[in-house]
Amino acid sequence: MSTPGPRIRPPEIVKREKALAVSPLKASSTLGATLAFLGMDRSLPMLHGSQGCTAFGKIFFIQHFREPMPMQTTALDQVSTIMGSDDAVVEGLATIAAKHAPALIGLPTTGLTETQGTDIERALAMFRTQHPEYDHIAVVPVSTPDYAGSLESGFNAALEAIIERLVPTANAAGTRPGRRQRQVNLLAGAHLTVGDIEHIKDLLERFRLRPLVLPDLSDSLDGHLADTDFSAVTIGGTRLDELRHAGDSVATLVIGSSLAGAADALARRTGVPDYRFAHLMGIEAMDGFITTLAEISAEPVPGRITRQRSQLQDAMLDAHFALGQARFAVAADADLLAAITQLLAGMGAETVAAVAPTNSPTLQQVAARAVKIGDLEDLEQAARANGAEVLITNSHGLHSAERLGIPLLRAGFPQFDLVGGCQRQWAGYSGTRATLFELANIVLGLGKGEIQAYRSTLKQWPAGERGSAAA
Amino acid sequence: MKQKDIAALFDEPACEHNNKQKSGCAKSKPGATAGGCAFDGAQIALLPIVDVAHIVHGSIACAGSAWDNRGTRSTGPTLFKLGMTTDLTEQDVIMGRGEKRLFHGIKQAIETYEPAAVFVYNTCVPALIGDDVEAVCKAAAARWDRPVIPVDAAGFYGTKNLGNRIAGETMVKHVCGSCDPDPVPAGIERDGFKVHDINLIGEYNIAGELWHVLPLLDELGLRVLCTLSGDARFREVQTMHRSRANMMVCSKAMINVARLLEESYGTPWFEGSFYGVADMSQALRNFALLIDDADLTRRTEALIAREESRIEVALAPWRERLAGKRALLYTGGVKSWSIVSALQDLGMTVVATGTKKSTEDDKARIRELMGEDAPMIEDGNPRALLDLHRRYDADVMIAGGRNMYTALKARIPFLDINQERKLGYAGYDGMLDLARQLCVTLESPIWSAVRSAPPWAARAAAPADGAGVPVAAPSSPVRFAEQKLAATKVASCA
Repeated sequence: MSTPGPRIRPPEIVKREKALAVSPLKASSTLGATLAFLGMDRSLPMLHGSQGCTAFGKIFFIQHFREPMPMQTTALDQVSTIMGSDDAVVEGLATIAAKHAPALIGLPTTGLTETQGTDIERALAMFRTQHPEYDHIAVVPVSTPDYAGSLESGFNAALEAIIERLVPTANAAGTRPGRRQRQVNLLAGAHLTVGDIEHIKDLLERFRLRPLVLPDLSDSLDGHLADTDFSAVTIGGTRLDELRHAGDSVATLVIGSSLAGAADALARRTGVPDYRFAHLMGIEAMDGFITTLAEISAEPVPGRITRQRSQLQDAMLDAHFALGQARFAVAADADLLAAITQLLAGMGAETVAAVAPTNSPTLQQVAARAVKIGDLEDLEQAARANGAEVLITNSHGLHSAERLGIPLLRAGFPQFDLVGGCQRQWAGYSGTRATLFELANIVLGLGKGEIQAYRSTLKQWPAGERGSAAA
Repeated sequence: MKQKDIAALFDEPACEHNNKQKSGCAKSKPGATAGGCAFDGAQIALLPIVDVAHIVHGSIACAGSAWDNRGTRSTGPTLFKLGMTTDLTEQDVIMGRGEKRLFHGIKQAIETYEPAAVFVYNTCVPALIGDDVEAVCKAAAARWDRPVIPVDAAGFYGTKNLGNRIAGETMVKHVCGSCDPDPVPAGIERDGFKVHDINLIGEYNIAGELWHVLPLLDELGLRVLCTLSGDARFREVQTMHRSRANMMVCSKAMINVARLLEESYGTPWFEGSFYGVADMSQALRNFALLIDDADLTRRTEALIAREESRIEVALAPWRERLAGKRALLYTGGVKSWSIVSALQDLGMTVVATGTKKSTEDDKARIRELMGEDAPMIEDGNPRALLDLHRRYDADVMIAGGRNMYTALKARIPFLDINQERKLGYAGYDGMLDLARQLCVTLESPIWSAVRSAPPWAARAAAPADGAGVPVAAPSSPVRFAEQKLAATKVASCA
């Protein structure tokens, strides 16, 4: 029995028309690329830009993950900005290689260096020529000026670059899809939290599949205490020696529409068949995912998963009274926005205000009448105009929520005013269930439909209470 | 309480059930009974009196699992929200220390919370071991100069309905008539506008729904001396005897109060409901009829005309959405006919209704509304309800909270109509809330998803029609390879 999806009609995309972004929603594509590199083992991203590009980004991620962040910078000054920054790249790479001996140095560019006209490939070639002693250290440059795209697109760009550079083609390496019968590549989109990735890995293991996650933030930024007290590079994440065998996997699972470019690259290089999912929130999305796992693994669906599915169904029943006709305002990058709005629509709730930081084909999947390309000011105005009852966005939405007098559920980047936001599980039957409970509880807390106390003038009020009776 | 007193309570001349059998109310059958005990009924009936300290004299199960779980609301005091119990221990029972503990408990309540009065609810254990609750209350009242009212309704005396009656009788005997009403506030009465006093008996202000009605009563100059018992103050209960006309709202639970007030003070009464446009208007008319003030009658008709035309407009879009929808109704205490009429007002069809607590008169009214062969449900056990739901091809089940999960587990849309609910449906405006809430569940997009079997379940296990049939997942997972797969592979997102 198939379940009809929520609304099909794509939303109207309302372009940005004002000069000023007020309370910006967008996090830069540079940061998105950095995040992808942080999901690699023994990795150290070095942002090619001024040192502020790294410093701000570092605080952004430290506050979100509550972890130290290995991040470096090419630290451009006036001279290198005007006269050319290739030397800064070479010097930076050599310094990091000598000092920290990472397995991988990610090299995202910034608005400054792209405007300057940096040829990052040439800079890297210079480094290789001048420092053959560091040939064993992988370096992955990626062009991510912050004036194009957002965190989500930068994340995909870095992933695509990692694949192009570090996953050998089947011809070159002699890999063959399915040689490792239980190995499955998992391309994990930026909208997935550490908790989501952990859960997806767990699901794969229940089907006796061995996940090769790219990038594996759940191994590097999951907030565990390591044996060492300090490390200048990431501890955990996708290992490069594993990545070289991605072509031997039986299948690739792609979570997130924004990963299309990375997924295409991986398929082209390895020939491993891929299965693509926009997100893993809601019963419909998960049914497709579990069905695929069963097919790939030729294993029966474990009873525990069937149980979790029926638990989600029960949660949908319990939550539908509160969520039916509830009005939400949601702002997030496209994948997360599509996932959350579809989940809400499936429960009979309405997304009355939807805002995304940049345009993207994924926005066609957003379950709302319209999506505004804009900022949190746009969200606040639309929320007020359309009578939103709950706000869903990152921690910056708190001020809007307070001005609107409505509650905020934090989702996306950054979440700096609570602990565990990066760990919260949204995906899977169980994650969806927890999300529905939380959403329903927030709505119940609004006291909706509560009748205002009426103070009759005629009631026999005790002395002291009479004064407040209706006129 | 003595057996003969209980028997006397069962003999309720104002109740039509009396015509059929001496006992009046159906007797509980061991092994096949749902519903509360007499203590439950007594407490529910009186707990909404907001400025009273309600002390449950007994071991913990009685109060411990029953306090603060009703949706009744107050304009001020919240004392009634506090659960108070003597929480008897084994030693208290063995050594007979219950009375002493109760006495000190009353002292504690009075000294800490300064209540307008203290109600002491007797329960099974003290009733069995012979605590003299009445004597303790008397002594405590004298000692602290505060009304302390014993409500002797131990659970084993009988059903919840009996408890309601015990509660009502206790109020009439111990409280009503002990105080005269305040004068009407100056500046309200004028030529052609006289204020008349009324009581609403059996109205509990669930979710504040009385506040949908009170503004209209104010406008007509009908002063509610006391609501028994939603948002009532103790002093208001004391003045109930002075009313000009009483309305028996809701079920028969406190019919004895209306009858006793009529016998003792000659107050006329009628039975009515605030649910549904027609019944709401009828209730207002009945007050005018009983009070017999030409001016009130004229103003009542004008108000009804205004409100009805206003609500007609507001309800029109909802009626469009609900037209033709089929409801299975199984109310608890709330009168079935009044909900039937409200649902019909919304353009819905009631396919069957519960009549377990209905009188012959109620049933006659149901037939009037639903036709001569209206299906009536006497035994509302969950299995029977679900079977009926399917047989009559209903779209939504409307029942008490106890049946909510019966419906939900069977993947059936549901509306809660009883005391625990958080939304008020009374009055003209309550109809809007009722309609909105019906749409929330009926129009929810979840139904196909929650009725769907896992794609990996054997196709044979899937239901033929799929309508509301729970699908059991096979106990052992099925080999996936044997099944036809839905295509999940996507070449490219582009």
